[in-house]
Amino acid sequence: MYNTADAHHPEHPSGIWRWITTTNHKDIGTLYLCFSLLMFFVGGAFAMLIRAELFKPGMQLMDPLFFNEMATLHGLVMIFGAIMPAFVGLANWMIPMMVGAPDMALPRMNNWSFWILPFAFILLLSTLFMPGGAPAGGWTMYAPLMLQTGTAFPFTIFAIHLMGISSVMGAINIIATILNLRAPGMTLMKMPLFVWCWLITAYLLIAVMPVLAGAVTMELMDKYFGTSFFNAAGGGDPLLFQHVFWFFGHPEVYIMVLPAFGIISEIIPTFSRKPLFGYTSMVYAVASIAFLSFIVWAHHMFTVGMPLSADLFFMFTTMLIAVPTGVKVFNWVATMWRGALSFETPMLFAIAFVFLFTIGGFSGVMLALVPADWQYHDTYFVVAHFHYVLVTGSAFAIMGAVYYWLPKWTGHMYNETLAKWHFWLSVISVNVLYFPMHFLGLAGMNRRLPDYPVQFTDLNQIVSVGGFVFGVSQLLFVACIILCVRGGKKAEAKVWEGALGLEWTLPSPPPYHSFTEPPAANLIWAHPYQND
Amino acid sequence: MSAQAHAANHYYIPHGTHWPILGSVGLFTTAVGGALWLEGLDFGGYLCLLGIIIIFLMMFGWFGTVIRESMSGTYNAQVDRSFRWGMTFFIFSEVMFFGAFFGALFFARVFVENWLAGGSNSLFTNLLLWKGYEPAWPSNGPGHVGGSFEGMSAAGIAAINTLILLSSGVTVTIAHWGLKEGNRKKLCWFLLFTIILGFSFVGLQAHEYIHAYTEQNLTLGSGIYGTTFFMLTGFHGLHVTIGAIMLTVILLRSLKGHFTPQHHFAFEAVSWYWHFVDVVWLGLFIFVYWL
Repeated sequence: MYNTADAHHPEHPSGIWRWITTTNHKDIGTLYLCFSLLMFFVGGAFAMLIRAELFKPGMQLMDPLFFNEMATLHGLVMIFGAIMPAFVGLANWMIPMMVGAPDMALPRMNNWSFWILPFAFILLLSTLFMPGGAPAGGWTMYAPLMLQTGTAFPFTIFAIHLMGISSVMGAINIIATILNLRAPGMTLMKMPLFVWCWLITAYLLIAVMPVLAGAVTMELMDKYFGTSFFNAAGGGDPLLFQHVFWFFGHPEVYIMVLPAFGIISEIIPTFSRKPLFGYTSMVYAVASIAFLSFIVWAHHMFTVGMPLSADLFFMFTTMLIAVPTGVKVFNWVATMWRGALSFETPMLFAIAFVFLFTIGGFSGVMLALVPADWQYHDTYFVVAHFHYVLVTGSAFAIMGAVYYWLPKWTGHMYNETLAKWHFWLSVISVNVLYFPMHFLGLAGMNRRLPDYPVQFTDLNQIVSVGGFVFGVSQLLFVACIILCVRGGKKAEAKVWEGALGLEWTLPSPPPYHSFTEPPAANLIWAHPYQND
Repeated sequence: MSAQAHAANHYYIPHGTHWPILGSVGLFTTAVGGALWLEGLDFGGYLCLLGIIIIFLMMFGWFGTVIRESMSGTYNAQVDRSFRWGMTFFIFSEVMFFGAFFGALFFARVFVENWLAGGSNSLFTNLLLWKGYEPAWPSNGPGHVGGSFEGMSAAGIAAINTLILLSSGVTVTIAHWGLKEGNRKKLCWFLLFTIILGFSFVGLQAHEYIHAYTEQNLTLGSGIYGTTFFMLTGFHGLHVTIGAIMLTVILLRSLKGHFTPQHHFAFEAVSWYWHFVDVVWLGLFIFVYWL
């Protein structure tokens, strides 16, 4: 029999077994965040090797196949290992506290969602040591190139399957938590923006991860079982892979940025000491972006020779995305307008996000133009674009979120001086790293090549130096986290003066089970997200 | 204290659990074994099988725990709603998985055939690579991959299977009515009918496959037609099999009296799943067999 004392007892089996068997949202959130930090450095190490090779024209350190393996694994590890798990980790930690719940809705499945990931990445990274090497066809795994992968091929495909299972279960859990475990009185339109963004992200995840599983399954069948999905002689088409892949791939890029929008929408009001400007329009903007994400996928494929009508359709739908995104950027700026601003590290990251993500957004509109894209396609201009949205967008938002909620999680304040060093070194080096890539791309330097003509040398050296500094700066991030976990000034329940939201009504660190009873409705009224 | 756990204003939080890690080990073993087998190492097949056995063990243990907790009244209405949302979105993810393969079918039929024959802006594809190719369906492409074959017809087994699955949707609903009336006899009998119909479907499909391979020269390697036919109907057949096994578990639990007219989420989840495979079949019948 299970009774309350049993069910509510905060069990802490000792050692590693506690972490393996835990069903607690904070433990699992911590596991996700630590895992993603580890993967951030693994993927970062691959990027350092890429930049080292590209420091000089000609072949320097590695053979071209290994370079391609690095480019492929860097993409896969950063997307599926660093960015996505970091957001799921933040969701795990924060959503139950933000909606007034004790834990996630399906705590056991929550454990499984996480514990599939380490196995998936052992599978993926083990391919480095296999005959024929790791997958080298790019993270997009285009057929038929991907089918030439050696022994690594089925391992890579199954690793993708496992990551997909993990993501879908994590997303189902998040949706169930948000829809079912909100405190009484917290209607949908009173939810914190971070929760809203995650609700929509989770929906996107469930919609597209199975499509990716389908795409890679088709490749598996073509290679081993003689099917003709991507074989024109049999009536298939390699282009089919690109369509199926990008039907996943485009919503995927919003999966990696909508939670970031949510984080920024939490941080900016706090440090502006004003409620978020245009809450309702923010919600509708996120929903519009999610809807549009399903009908823009072929803008990744403008050069494959689609019919003109298709080019035009995908060009216009893509440019439409600028509208809701513009609404969001406008609202963030308007939130700061005449606010009592202070510039603690989370706010610095948030402001950097607004500026730099917008640069990535602008280059996105440029890439959306079909005739212009024929020039930009597969050049470093594209690389610059998506690193502005993913590094100075998603990764900066994650770092901002970590500084913002770290005192809540650990009960200690982080070292503000060290954190500011981390921020300024990162924000300067990241621009040295990515900004010149725009010029390289416009001048015609192709991506995914280990060598380049000599006229690109100067800019590549600047880029590489920026890359190394950015990489090393992240050690400060780790230092800040470790120091904060181990000690520091005691954090109050409401860490930031202007903070809104239920998570700040709990002590820092919060109790093992956040809310064992639904919080009183008046707490929610006292923490308004809207002005009305 | 125990009574309080059931009160609506208290949250339910489960214990720690060791089942997920077992599941992860199972998935990992299956994946490594499967990959080694595909790469030509025979023992990989056994490793894969071992992994699947581990996953089944995990499911027995995990579901067993959940059933025991459910029977002991640990779950309140809120937990029930969480399960419902979970199942709803799981089925949605399955819909999207099938969507990828339906998308491949539509893309091949609507665009690729036309392009290989020189349609749209693909004139040179036809002139230089596949001269003289005319669009057709069923098609195994301009290379006639897999040799000439006979396509499937909507009459015959496909029509019978449609009838079977549609009837099984009715019988499972009648079983649900029986459950809600507290009429266990009706529940169990109609569940049994549903299961018989489900496995009959699978049996007929197996017969159809054997016939395709031996008499029609229609195989997985028969160009895009064989590819889409076997992948779509194969994944569907797999889902029918899983659904029928789940129904069997539900029948055994019904015989043991696990369900009450008010409290029977497991039954409803499986019946939702059953209706889902039913609807997917209708899509298959129309787009794969008929049109």
